[in-house]
Amino acid sequence: MRTLIFRTIAPYLTSLMVLFSIFVLLRGHNDPGGGFIGGLIAASAFAIYGIACGVSPVRRALYFHPMAISGFGLLLAALAGWLSIFFQVPFMTGLWTKISVLGLPVDISTVMFFDIGVYLVVVGSITSIALALEEREHG
Amino acid sequence: MAAETVDLSHAMVTAPVPAGDWLVIAPVAIPIVVGAILLMVRHETRLHASLAIGGLLVTLATNVGLLSRVLADGPQVMTMGRWLPPFGITFAADALGASLALVATLVATVCAIYAQKDIEATGRRYGFYPFMFLMMAGVGGSFLTGDIFNLYVWFEVFVISSFGLLILGSTHRQLDGATKYAILNLVGTTLFLIATAYLYGIFGTLNMADIARKADAMRDTGPMMTLAVLYLLAFGMKAAAFPVNFWLPASYHTPRIVTAALFGGILTKVGVYSLLRVLVMLFPVERAELSGVIAWVAAATMVLGIVGALAQSDLRRVLGFVVISGVGVMLAGLALGTQEGLTGTILYAFHSVLAMTALYLLAGVMNELGGTYSLHDLSGLYRKSPLIAALALLIVLAVAGLPPASGLWPKVLLVRASIDAGLPWLSFAILLTGLLTTIALGKVYILTIWRQKEPAEEGAAAASVPMPGVGYASLIMLAVPVLLLGLYPEPFIRIAETAADGLINSSAYIGAVFPAGGQP
Repeated sequence: MRTLIFRTIAPYLTSLMVLFSIFVLLRGHNDPGGGFIGGLIAASAFAIYGIACGVSPVRRALYFHPMAISGFGLLLAALAGWLSIFFQVPFMTGLWTKISVLGLPVDISTVMFFDIGVYLVVVGSITSIALALEEREHG
Repeated sequence: MAAETVDLSHAMVTAPVPAGDWLVIAPVAIPIVVGAILLMVRHETRLHASLAIGGLLVTLATNVGLLSRVLADGPQVMTMGRWLPPFGITFAADALGASLALVATLVATVCAIYAQKDIEATGRRYGFYPFMFLMMAGVGGSFLTGDIFNLYVWFEVFVISSFGLLILGSTHRQLDGATKYAILNLVGTTLFLIATAYLYGIFGTLNMADIARKADAMRDTGPMMTLAVLYLLAFGMKAAAFPVNFWLPASYHTPRIVTAALFGGILTKVGVYSLLRVLVMLFPVERAELSGVIAWVAAATMVLGIVGALAQSDLRRVLGFVVISGVGVMLAGLALGTQEGLTGTILYAFHSVLAMTALYLLAGVMNELGGTYSLHDLSGLYRKSPLIAALALLIVLAVAGLPPASGLWPKVLLVRASIDAGLPWLSFAILLTGLLTTIALGKVYILTIWRQKEPAEEGAAAASVPMPGVGYASLIMLAVPVLLLGLYPEPFIRIAETAADGLINSSAYIGAVFPAGGQP
């Protein structure tokens, strides 16, 4: 699969897909989308990059080991649930607040952090599987 | 936001939740957090053991807190995300769930201590401790959840984590065992899922307290018997009950001994717990109808299990069959369904978690001393270590159900309950199983500890014996509760009685989930 066309286009395709996956993740609260599907899109982006340019550039680009990303995602999701303990509400209750970014009001919530956690778990675990399979194929 | 004008009290919990209520969820949520941290520091293998033991001790403390609250104030409930039950996912800890979660966490802590020695750096890098924590989260979730679909989810969590633990080491034998384990367990959980989907179609609710209070009204129209049989088959498979137990002897002798100790101690008991919860609390009438079948299954499981153990020559295979036989004894109480029978079953579950884990860890220490699991070669351990002979004697007596150890009292209760219920053959089966267990483990004891081999062979093996201090420490930590359960059983019997009473008279459980107490 290491054709010139594919290798040239893969970095752009990957960055577009990662960008799109974040868009899908963030719109997921009220519209179709969310952490799981966003994570799958990002994981396929890394898989494409791996097919085109080899596995080690992907690992270098990710910097963290995919399983560590997965673990961080799980931690983030769990802590988003634990935050409720300070507000005297049950585990996993959605807590909302507004912050102002560049003069625009933005709603942020524990639900969003939970979703980001799911995104990272999916990215980490699926990328880890995909890279391991690609490594096996080339090595 | 428009939501501010809506009266939330119809849909949500509006009263503030005190931090103490978090004890219901902490035994599940803490292992998830610690497991995630362990996954992030997967390559720092030095940190793993201390993080894991610390995390489990914290979990253990929350379990103790939860159980004491449950015993003092009755079932404790928390519904996730503030939604009112039955719409939110409810966690409901009664005496049964809380006490089993406590015992399971206790043996997991001991296993984590033992694993320092048993699992080397490679095994840690491949994620022994993260898998163990996610498995414990799954086990704790299964014991504490009050929602039947959520129970399915926790089953999946611990089953999938157990796959990871099972193949740690990736030898050919392990992959072979893990494949059988995986396929048969997935068949079991799929049946569970199908039964749950069917149940949802009939009842329109998944909350167990809600199902329990609606079951009487459904009995004329709903296919309750079909549901009960489906659940019996699905959980029976998970518990390794007789006709569907072949996955256990095919896989439990392959993993690391500490993994086998965790599995043998805890996992089948989750199946037994689910049988108790679903058949006794949700489908009591159907359970009574099925009691004849369950009694036969129980007798076949206990007797055939221990006959299998007699035939084996590998120590770990012997133990796999002993685990199965214990499941049969626990099913006897389910078949009886009386207060005393269920008390016996629950007490036996406490004993079995402790004693089976101790037995597997004992096998691990014996292997360290003698260099093999084969009963043909393992010998002369008394000369190497009198301490191991003493510990082994206590554990063997416990598993065989002889005084002064923990196995005696649950069997006494079960035998008496089955005579009271007019099933003398069931009590005969329990006593026969006890006799055969004594023979099977007595044989192991004589061969491994008393037998002396030729001096020439002996010298070669004795040269390379390390002092397994961690192994002894873990065994003593399990031997103390085993002995306590045997010598001073009253408090444990009281807990088991409370748990059995909570299953039979579920009004306290239902009242805790639906405080208003009104009909749907």
